[in-house]
Amino acid sequence: MHKESEIREPLILGSKSYHDITKDIAFPVEGKANKYWWILFSLSLVLFLWGVVSMAYTIGTGIGAWGLNKTVNWAWDITNFVWWIGIGHAGTLISAVLLLFRQKWRMSINRSAEAMTIFGVAQAALFPLIHMGRPWLAYYVLPIPNQFGSLWVNFNSPLLWDVFAISTYFSVSVVFWYIGLIPDFAMLRDRFDAKVSPMKKQLYSFLSFGWSGKAKHWQRFEEVSLVLAGLATPLVFSVHSIVSMDFATSIIPGWHTTIFPPYFVLGALFSGFAMVETLLIIMRKVVNMEAYITIKHIEYMNIIILLTGSLVGTAYITELFMSWYSGVEFEQYAFLNRATGPYWWAYAIMMTCNVLTPQLYWFSSIRKSFIATFILSIFVNIGMWFERFVIIVTSLHRDYLPSAWTMFSPTFIDIGIYLGTIGFFFVLFLLYARTFPVIAQAELKSIVKSSGSEYKNKK
Amino acid sequence: MSKNTLYGIFDCELVLLAAVKEIRANKIEIKEVYSPFPIHGLDKALGLKETRMAITAFIYGCIGLSLAALMIYNIMIIDWPQNIGGKPNFTFYHNMPAFIPIMFECTVLFAAHLMSITYLIRNGLYPGGVSDSPDARTTDDKFLMEIEVEGDLAALKDMLTKTGATEINEKDA
Repeated sequence: MHKESEIREPLILGSKSYHDITKDIAFPVEGKANKYWWILFSLSLVLFLWGVVSMAYTIGTGIGAWGLNKTVNWAWDITNFVWWIGIGHAGTLISAVLLLFRQKWRMSINRSAEAMTIFGVAQAALFPLIHMGRPWLAYYVLPIPNQFGSLWVNFNSPLLWDVFAISTYFSVSVVFWYIGLIPDFAMLRDRFDAKVSPMKKQLYSFLSFGWSGKAKHWQRFEEVSLVLAGLATPLVFSVHSIVSMDFATSIIPGWHTTIFPPYFVLGALFSGFAMVETLLIIMRKVVNMEAYITIKHIEYMNIIILLTGSLVGTAYITELFMSWYSGVEFEQYAFLNRATGPYWWAYAIMMTCNVLTPQLYWFSSIRKSFIATFILSIFVNIGMWFERFVIIVTSLHRDYLPSAWTMFSPTFIDIGIYLGTIGFFFVLFLLYARTFPVIAQAELKSIVKSSGSEYKNKK
Repeated sequence: MSKNTLYGIFDCELVLLAAVKEIRANKIEIKEVYSPFPIHGLDKALGLKETRMAITAFIYGCIGLSLAALMIYNIMIIDWPQNIGGKPNFTFYHNMPAFIPIMFECTVLFAAHLMSITYLIRNGLYPGGVSDSPDARTTDDKFLMEIEVEGDLAALKDMLTKTGATEINEKDA
């Protein structure tokens, strides 16, 4: 059995038997939704509908419905895309990298973090799809034999790398998530009585693939999880590196920098962990998971946010230094304009929310407070959105000819699509919280006797 | 003589692990163990062979890498070579740095998916499959040991009780 130091704080509070864990995890699925769930769900649904209307309008009339112009020809769409992809990074980091490092605290949060990843990446994937203008031709991005020449996709292009990276990341995340879900669905299946709730019994029988928990199956399960973690780890780093190359391989001042891949990956982890905190702090209350998602988990995540936030800050300063040191006046102006030009306020929001406020986590009282963490995690979400906005829009809006200089202002449709994806994300997440086992209970049961507070006190 | 099946049910994985060792030391074959979560060391105690899942992943990864390289070579070098941004397109080797990201992604794509499919097939898991666990509580908090016996049932029952089984059920063949 896994041995753990007695000084380590327990990861599961209260005296929980295996059966208690089963009951607690099955509770949101078996019970009725409370008032707060319905309020949140209705709000999200309204936002989602606004998004659907905006997307339909965009597809019907073309992307002229957005606030883009000849100078700023890439704005909220790609900002939102990168923002969602970034958010989608924490899930796999938690479940894969922390599994490789044998971090036990991941077990209470990995399921929801992976759900967040999958829903986040799904939102991200919507943006390039809409931006195509004719989404029914989306299959053009795949290397499919055709009668135009044959006109192939360009394997030299980072945009195609992105297609492969994101579709691989999305599908591998889904598989990783599902492999872990099978035993937990089996737990739910066995809790439902076929006479009392036949629909649920059938649903979870179908989803659990006939899992029975044989010794050989568990042995394979553990090996498959480990190998998937090993595959997903370089995948996480590759995905956001490739997203950053969409910018870095161009020659636009402010984008053409070699620091982009590590800087984007760090930013992604930073924003992903912030979103995990935002979601989990709400979820632990709404579905009664206080014993499993404890302040200790939040503190560990806050430490990662502090680290990645400081590294992102270092990257910002490195960028400024390199633009000055390059001696290229276009490059120098791009950064001068970012910090002091008409978009100075966006730059200031980015600096404040990403570099300054996370430094508050040096204080243990803030690191160990749910309310402070919740507020600061929202700050990070906002800051990271502005980071992408600053990188994209400020690099474009003042290009080589001053006569072409302009500003970007979003239209009602732009705003609708962005908020619509937030709504869609929360709709998916709220439905997930009521139908899925939100904590990887099988894994959690294996650490109760080493990390549960009751067993720790007995020693 | 007909075979009987005994189900020893345990409450604790540590007791179960000790019981498995003890029973196997007495030259009694354990047919199967069902548990709600993976128990470390159980596969060794039961004498299960090491799983080859990781090896399959390696092979699938190699297939993915080769197919990606072959696809890109055919598309970018043989079928329709183009000068894109002055990148060398005469040989695969010279153009390869730009192809690495997709070759890597395809490696992971093939390894992860095909290994997971192999895992499901080897475990006999498929959508709508039916669990053959003799006791539904094994996904909750009970650990079940299945033993097929010919002959002395009482002695085996004694041994199960002695090693810590909290409940013993019997199934006639």
